[in-house]
Amino acid sequence: MKDEVIISVKNLKTFFYTNNKCNKAVNGVSFDVKKGKTLCIVGESGCGKSVTASSIMQLLPKLSRIESGEITYHSDDGDIRIDKLARNGKKMRSLRGSDIAMIFQDPMTSLNPVYSIGFQIGENLKYHTDFSRSKIKDKSINLLKEMGIPLPEQRVKEYPHQFSGGMRQRAMIAMAMSCDPKVLIADEPTTALDVTIQAQIFELMDTLKSEFNTAIMLITHDMGVVTELADDVVVMYMGNIVETGTVGDVLRTPSHPYTKALLQSIPILGRGKNQEIEPIRGTTPDPYKRPEGCQFMPRCDFADDTCLSMPDESKLSSTHSVRCWHPLEV
Amino acid sequence: MPEAKEIILKLRGLEVHFPIRKGVFKRVAAHVKAVDGIDLDVYRGETLGLVGESGCGKTTLGKSILQLVKATSGEIFYDDRTKERDLNKLDHKEMMEVRKKLQIVFQDPHSSLNPAFTVFQALEDPLKIYGIKSKQERRKIIGDLLVSVNMRREQMDLYPHEFSGGQRQRIGIARALSIEPDLIVCDEAVSALDVSIQAQVLKLLKDIKVKRNLTYLFITHDLSVVEYISDRVAVMYLGKIVELADVEDLYAQTMHPYTKALLSAIPVADLDKKSKRIILQGDVPSPVNPPSGCPFHPRCSQCQEICKTDIPPLTRYETNGNEHYSACHFAEQQLEK
Repeated sequence: MKDEVIISVKNLKTFFYTNNKCNKAVNGVSFDVKKGKTLCIVGESGCGKSVTASSIMQLLPKLSRIESGEITYHSDDGDIRIDKLARNGKKMRSLRGSDIAMIFQDPMTSLNPVYSIGFQIGENLKYHTDFSRSKIKDKSINLLKEMGIPLPEQRVKEYPHQFSGGMRQRAMIAMAMSCDPKVLIADEPTTALDVTIQAQIFELMDTLKSEFNTAIMLITHDMGVVTELADDVVVMYMGNIVETGTVGDVLRTPSHPYTKALLQSIPILGRGKNQEIEPIRGTTPDPYKRPEGCQFMPRCDFADDTCLSMPDESKLSSTHSVRCWHPLEV
Repeated sequence: MPEAKEIILKLRGLEVHFPIRKGVFKRVAAHVKAVDGIDLDVYRGETLGLVGESGCGKTTLGKSILQLVKATSGEIFYDDRTKERDLNKLDHKEMMEVRKKLQIVFQDPHSSLNPAFTVFQALEDPLKIYGIKSKQERRKIIGDLLVSVNMRREQMDLYPHEFSGGQRQRIGIARALSIEPDLIVCDEAVSALDVSIQAQVLKLLKDIKVKRNLTYLFITHDLSVVEYISDRVAVMYLGKIVELADVEDLYAQTMHPYTKALLSAIPVADLDKKSKRIILQGDVPSPVNPPSGCPFHPRCSQCQEICKTDIPPLTRYETNGNEHYSACHFAEQQLEK
């Protein structure tokens, strides 16, 4: 199967403005999301991974805007420039939820406590399809059943507080999947869940990918999740992509010092208690006082004067590229 | 591991039940059995990892040891090398004395420090209470503490909002260390931190333990972290310990199906180790009315008739010459699979 690109992001810049200060949360990011593949975006908190997702969905907060760059959605009837659409315009609202759907991090806060689960799933269908009311109800029940929720006929009438964490997240996925989206953006979908429940959700996402050929963009900070689910990986640091490639490229042969350091700083299951972990020294810089040039320079072991200017992206192979003056030997 | 195993903390039949009150008269309708009969020995100088999913009672267990939550029944013996005392039976004055030796590091570094106090103010109270009268001396001690957690002495006059999450967690550790405890309960001490910061704090905890000859009860849900830091691991499920063993044995020779499922569910950041996930059906049952028999039986793939009726006791086995406890009717068969 040929890799078909469904969303391409080119040189995206999203800035936040507060107290006369500008936070360059996403500062020139480019990547492609492919049909039937999972793209993982990894990075620590504050690196801009969630902002990238919100930019695609046009769900940015008021004091922020897409400064420049292109987000193109390659739909079946031609390309659509998402960044050019009005945030709350008709076109954007018709895409959001139907073609591109999102799963949020915290199922406790992203469901509305005063509406039943069935209503919240049905809402999506009401706006995006011309189903009758009874058909919407049947479809909601079916969706819950597909997500593996027992007694869906009864559950559909219940409210979020009657659901457990894992079930809420599955209800969220049911909501996102209700209109058979082409792209599913999952922003840390399992961070708030237990590992055994996390495994259930992953299994579900794998099925979606293989059965419906959905493109998945998964945002995470967990390298383990990347290993399990990703086809392609994007590593972000302070608003830039520092390294991209297939999961093998990035995890087996990390060439950016940050990726390598990140991989060395996590304890890995099965390596015993005598494994060496190497913490990355220092902390992530204040976004309002960013270092000049390469953002990782103050914490990097290989930094020298050339690092005072921002390196360009250099290709290591057809799939693997890195943004560093001194990429590590592969 | 210490050669002669000296027990520092001994739990016997510990139960913590929270009443659920209902109706006008606040009648007790049911109990949440958060901790439901736990026997556990903690040896001096070891790190005992306590893992389990949310709601399994691991935090309540940690808190009940420090008497932050009163146990419903059972005994907690703490041995401070002079005498062994049951913490559940101590009065306030005696408890003050013992509390000096028991400390806790909390999960969320953002909410466990008072935003109105500087670091010095936050850390000086325990020193005051335990008899260090001169301010000069307190400043010196706190300065030394900050240095020992890799921070700068001058930082003691700053407020919590001026620190990052990792630094705040280190202040939390410094606070726990301030009156030289024997045993520290680390309740999800690194869970709220970013990965690169998590490694810094883990290393710090490991170093301090050796330097100060501490014992940790390390509560977490992250099995990779537990493997890195612990000597022994106890796995909890629904208020009970289901397996307890040396860390290597637990991972290599798992003797409980729940531990097996838990281990397989963890995404491992190692491309060569992709293994088949064991997917557990359903959710953790409610601790209000746990299932009959083995608490794990509704989700267990190897459930037999006996599991539905009889509660399996935590039984002692041996792997590689070390003690290995498992609460499963078919513990030995788990090894063969």
